[in-house]
Amino acid sequence: MARYIGKRLIYMVITLALIATFTFFLMKILPGSPIASADKLSPEQRAVVEARYGLDEPLPVQYFDYMFGLLKGDLGISINQFKGANVTDLIISRMGPSAQIGFQGMVLGTILGILLGMIAALRQNSWIDYSSTLVAIIGISIPSFVFASLLQYWFGLKLEWFPVALWKDGFMSSVLPSIALAMFPLATAARFIRTEMIEVLGSDYITLAKAKGASGSEIAFKHAIRNALIPLITVLGPMAVGILTGSLVVEQIFAIPGIGEQFVKSIMVNDFSIIMGTTIFFSVFLIIVILIVDILYGVIDPRIRLSGGKN
Amino acid sequence: MKNSKLFWLLSLVLVLSAFLAACGGGDDDKAETPETDGDDKAAGEEPAGEPDAEQVLNLMEGAEIPTMDSSLAEDAVAFNIMNNVNEGLFRLNQENVAEPALAEAEPEVSEDGLTYTFKLRDAKWSNGEPVTANDFVFSWQRAIDPATGSPYGPYMMAGTIKNAEAIAAGEMDKAELGVKAVDEKTLEVTLERPTPYFMSLMAFGTFYPLNEAFVTEKGDAYASNSDNLLYNGPFMLTNWDGTGLTWSMEKNPEYWDAETVKLETINVDVVKETSTAINLYTSGEKDRTGLSGEFAMQYAEDPEVVRELEPTVFYLKFNQERNGEQTPLANVNIRKAISMAFNKQDLVDVVLANGSLPANYLVPTEFTFDENNADFREVNGDMNEFNAEEAKKFWATGMEELGLTEVTLEMLGGDSELAKKMDEYMKSQLEENLEGLTLELKAVPFGVRLELDEAQDYDIQNSGWGPDYQDPMTFIDLFVTGSAQNKMSYSNEEFDTLVDQAKGELAQDLAGRWEAMAKAEQILIEEDAAIAPIYQRGLMSLQKPYVHDIISHPFGGDYSYKWAYISGK
Repeated sequence: MARYIGKRLIYMVITLALIATFTFFLMKILPGSPIASADKLSPEQRAVVEARYGLDEPLPVQYFDYMFGLLKGDLGISINQFKGANVTDLIISRMGPSAQIGFQGMVLGTILGILLGMIAALRQNSWIDYSSTLVAIIGISIPSFVFASLLQYWFGLKLEWFPVALWKDGFMSSVLPSIALAMFPLATAARFIRTEMIEVLGSDYITLAKAKGASGSEIAFKHAIRNALIPLITVLGPMAVGILTGSLVVEQIFAIPGIGEQFVKSIMVNDFSIIMGTTIFFSVFLIIVILIVDILYGVIDPRIRLSGGKN
Repeated sequence: MKNSKLFWLLSLVLVLSAFLAACGGGDDDKAETPETDGDDKAAGEEPAGEPDAEQVLNLMEGAEIPTMDSSLAEDAVAFNIMNNVNEGLFRLNQENVAEPALAEAEPEVSEDGLTYTFKLRDAKWSNGEPVTANDFVFSWQRAIDPATGSPYGPYMMAGTIKNAEAIAAGEMDKAELGVKAVDEKTLEVTLERPTPYFMSLMAFGTFYPLNEAFVTEKGDAYASNSDNLLYNGPFMLTNWDGTGLTWSMEKNPEYWDAETVKLETINVDVVKETSTAINLYTSGEKDRTGLSGEFAMQYAEDPEVVRELEPTVFYLKFNQERNGEQTPLANVNIRKAISMAFNKQDLVDVVLANGSLPANYLVPTEFTFDENNADFREVNGDMNEFNAEEAKKFWATGMEELGLTEVTLEMLGGDSELAKKMDEYMKSQLEENLEGLTLELKAVPFGVRLELDEAQDYDIQNSGWGPDYQDPMTFIDLFVTGSAQNKMSYSNEEFDTLVDQAKGELAQDLAGRWEAMAKAEQILIEEDAAIAPIYQRGLMSLQKPYVHDIISHPFGGDYSYKWAYISGK
């Protein structure tokens, strides 16, 4: 197992280096200048400002400078969004709120999704089943910014149960954004669990449990759900991606000082070091999630061990 | 069938109730922190009375503060805050006229108009140290020093302050800049040429003083957060961590005119989404919000709407030479035809609907005034107004001269929803009124538009300009031959001469200079139709009735809160 993880870690570093390289060069193709007042400056003045941020160097030099910095954990300094601010510090200071709403959304969404999927499977083809399918369809097809706006309007502005926006009231501020983010994992989990549960419920050992006289809830919670849960791990990765992309807009709508909204803005204004920093941060996050999913998978179901069956 | 409909309805109800149930927990907490009660608010709609005991203003910004270093600032948010926490020799007053601020009085000007001697008043930095003439010398030298990499320093100083251009190019030492501290309280500024609008420049952030000892001591950490800054304006920035979405401004007790300042605290949060900003405004958490895009139309009739006219003008640039070849736009009749062939009133009323005005001019209205306070616009009035019949005649003449019956032109524009809507409208208007014209729209991001403009790779471009100082020249000299903004091969000797005269020999003859600039504008728009003005941008905001006297400015910082107060909240 340790060997497997070690191997995976090496692959991770290679993946990251590739992502950083691609992003770096793609970003340099982006049209426009990172200088906000570029339209007013003469080319000579622009060159002076660009020199201040090392943008006058040839591209390969900039690239190797950046990669060496990256090795030392230095993500560079922001060019125009926060002139001179250290990107590593920026990401660290913005990580908290993003992590909090992302985690809460994921947990809430997964738990509700599992419950919904279970109920749907147990009452197959009943109105409960259909409405859970409806929720799942809504959750997948309606983008999170629509949910976020609706939640904000009704539960923030009209009912005044939660803050309309801003990150000032601790946990209360995180409730609506978390719910908005929860919709995607909720829908995904509900659909998945329903299918798995139906399959499991039809299997022999459930029939045996029934024959032994186990009650309905005992069957559902003790026997069926355990096996139905295993495949859910495979969708944890996509769910994490969903939360991540959702956070880009949800953070903006609730005016949360997170990383997601920074990411979008940095691309719009060509703030190279922030584009790189946030991309690398998101990549690390996703790669780690995928690694954890793979490891968990091997742990839970020995039949599909990835390391080639040496353990 | 009926049953299944009922079923869907039922499920929908279920979904909604699931939502309600999930959120139920928070109900009690919130009830304990109620909003201020409604009775007080009703009273707020009365006309302005005495200021309230509590003077707190809650505002929003659309973006973070990129920097608070006045030498590096180049954006609206930074300049706006600087205008409220710092001060230069002059400040724009409630009527948008530059008046002495850190300067004790109007400066002494030498006969040739090249040397200005300012006496400084007894003002202090927020750490108690006096503001001295050296603070200006240090700041200006820092802004022009190529090592600083200031975008606005060279832009504002070159050609105006003596030797600025050479220093920015690295050909001269920064100590040669035309600014000297005669003594602690006397500042002498030497100009390259007489500059009638020099006082308004002194209200601009780039020319603010900096405390040398403080800046040097902080080094790289200078301006990295609100503690690493010094203030000499009406307010002090607080609670700003350098990258955060929230900050405050507190009244500055050391400010020389502190007794005028009524507000104690201004709380600012960055909200980038207009709908969120409006919700926060409606909920009473915020006292003012901008209305962008479709929201302007939606709230146009709201009694709390405030309308401002910005001095930003949008126009079509006609490129006369593309890839070394003359375009049909090199023909003056074609240009005139296009400039008169679209209904600007309908455009601002229906398409933009944000309080913008149709522009039949380049220099905006309510922007510059002569010594008798008459608007520059009164000289030339409207030019090339919408007139489909005239346009058709010019078009027919032009097409005949070119020997064409059909012409296809590319129109370059922005990629925002509003810009696209506007360009669609222009296309339909122009194609309807000008027979044989086909417009191909090309919507690109701002950065790409700049690149295409620089390469002169377009036919028509929907472009705009906002002022850098309070003088018609900030618009007019954009179009002299070879100017960086004139990437459209427009060249008119008479126009160039008039601009030269206004900048040179007429600089001290205010009336003559005014006339020369007006004549130049008339040549540009009416005679040559080098550009076709479209509209002057308006801005709509919602503001609570208890907020009074937030002053908006045409350039530099957008707003002053120095005179603002809360009454009847």
